[in-house]
Amino acid sequence: MLLVPCSLCGPRNVDEFRYYGVPKARPAVESAQPGEWRSYLYMKRNPAEWTYEWWYHTLGCRTFFLAERETLTNEFRRPVSSATSEEGTET
Amino acid sequence: MKQRERYSALSVVRHGLTREAWPRAWRTYDLKHTYDVVVIGAGVHGLATAYYLASVHGIRNVAVVDKAYLGGGGSGRNTAIVRSNYLTPEGVRFYDRSLKLYEGLAGELNYNVMFSKRGHLTLAHNDSSLRTMRWRAEVNKLQGVDSEVVGPSELKELIPFMDVSKHTRYPILGALYHPPGGTIRHDAVNWGYARAADALGVEIHQQTEVLAIERDMNGVRAVNTSRGRIDTRSIVNCTAGWATLIADMVGVRLPIETHPLQAAVTEPVKVFLHAVVVSGSLHVYVSQTDRGELVFGASTDPFLSYSMRGSLGFTEELASHILELMPGIGGLRLMRQWAGLCDLTPDFSPIMGVTPVNGFFLDVGWGTYGFKAGPAAGEAMAELVSSGKPPSLIAGFDLARFTDGRLTSERGAASVGH
Repeated sequence: MLLVPCSLCGPRNVDEFRYYGVPKARPAVESAQPGEWRSYLYMKRNPAEWTYEWWYHTLGCRTFFLAERETLTNEFRRPVSSATSEEGTET
Repeated sequence: MKQRERYSALSVVRHGLTREAWPRAWRTYDLKHTYDVVVIGAGVHGLATAYYLASVHGIRNVAVVDKAYLGGGGSGRNTAIVRSNYLTPEGVRFYDRSLKLYEGLAGELNYNVMFSKRGHLTLAHNDSSLRTMRWRAEVNKLQGVDSEVVGPSELKELIPFMDVSKHTRYPILGALYHPPGGTIRHDAVNWGYARAADALGVEIHQQTEVLAIERDMNGVRAVNTSRGRIDTRSIVNCTAGWATLIADMVGVRLPIETHPLQAAVTEPVKVFLHAVVVSGSLHVYVSQTDRGELVFGASTDPFLSYSMRGSLGFTEELASHILELMPGIGGLRLMRQWAGLCDLTPDFSPIMGVTPVNGFFLDVGWGTYGFKAGPAAGEAMAELVSSGKPPSLIAGFDLARFTDGRLTSERGAASVGH
């Protein structure tokens, strides 16, 4: 059982959440070239280490939050408390 | 003791009478300073690539390196189903080539791979599913692959214990019946390719981790491993779930996210299931081994992870779905569960071919459907590395398709629960 530390509810079973992935910066919609936009859509960061990622608590408080997880062992650190925080957002 | 020996009934008798030891299936070597080709990843794709490089193209100065033991990744963790009933013409052609190679593999490799062509059924529980089955059947037939849509009564004849009535929660409306599909002994395929490649002079280096890749203005130049440095101008990335870790070493970005795919197996019981049964709507697939164990698979874990452990959540989900289909097996004990890593792509098709880095080739993105493709992928990659040009069979799987906007979408046939 994988416990995800929700920023509001505390640790809950992973089945209650939806994974939204590693943050990536979106290019400017008006000026992005097709290749650049497709890169943003399709190219992934696939880290095998401590990483920030978005989670959404679907069956609970329904907030988005950034969690920090080690993707090799699924160990979590305490979450960033606000969904508006800039921490961890990167290209 | 002989270095190499052909397996046969006669050799079994001879060894039984003389008690002579069998030669090792593959040898260990010190790492040389240079190889013509370095294949990273000793799974079915990497080993098949090395085998066809040596056997078809005469390129034998090849090293296959793996940070763990050969066949220990997805190649050893899959549920061993082989089929070619895909959705796109490119996909069907590709997997059918693989199936044809599998048919002759035991003879070619002199290794019993236990290919059992028992038939493959994909159940449809609603109208849109049935429509997709019909679509797949027609595409298959156009490519010369035997697939047909069957109704509930025909399904009942194929699998007598299946409840095809309208009284189930998700009544079965029909199925895609694919007679050439079946099961195979996945470990034997890995070992067979390893042994045959080794016999041709390919060196398999296990417990040899790639730490860095050196480049110069002409492309790749060397591979730095935990056992030493190798000069080479050709590198093939066959690392599946770890694909981006290797690609990052040369600055090649991939549209790949690694998710675990779990599987489980029950205690052995008398054989009652003679075909492979898949249900997309129920998110489950099942087959029975010759030993009598039921082998199950379901959906990938819905988050990025490099963990290869099973979870209770999977078992609960699996049980609820499989018991919809076969209520009678509720009393069976689950013996073992595990996971493998799947390199998922946005269009559920692989990524094969060249990259912007000269000499760095890709055979990745195989997601949850890599094992059945091993032989055809190895054959195609060997041709690519040998000639420098991607064969037409894999033209639709190039990396550039993502930035060019021409995806090859196999979501309808690539498996369950995506």
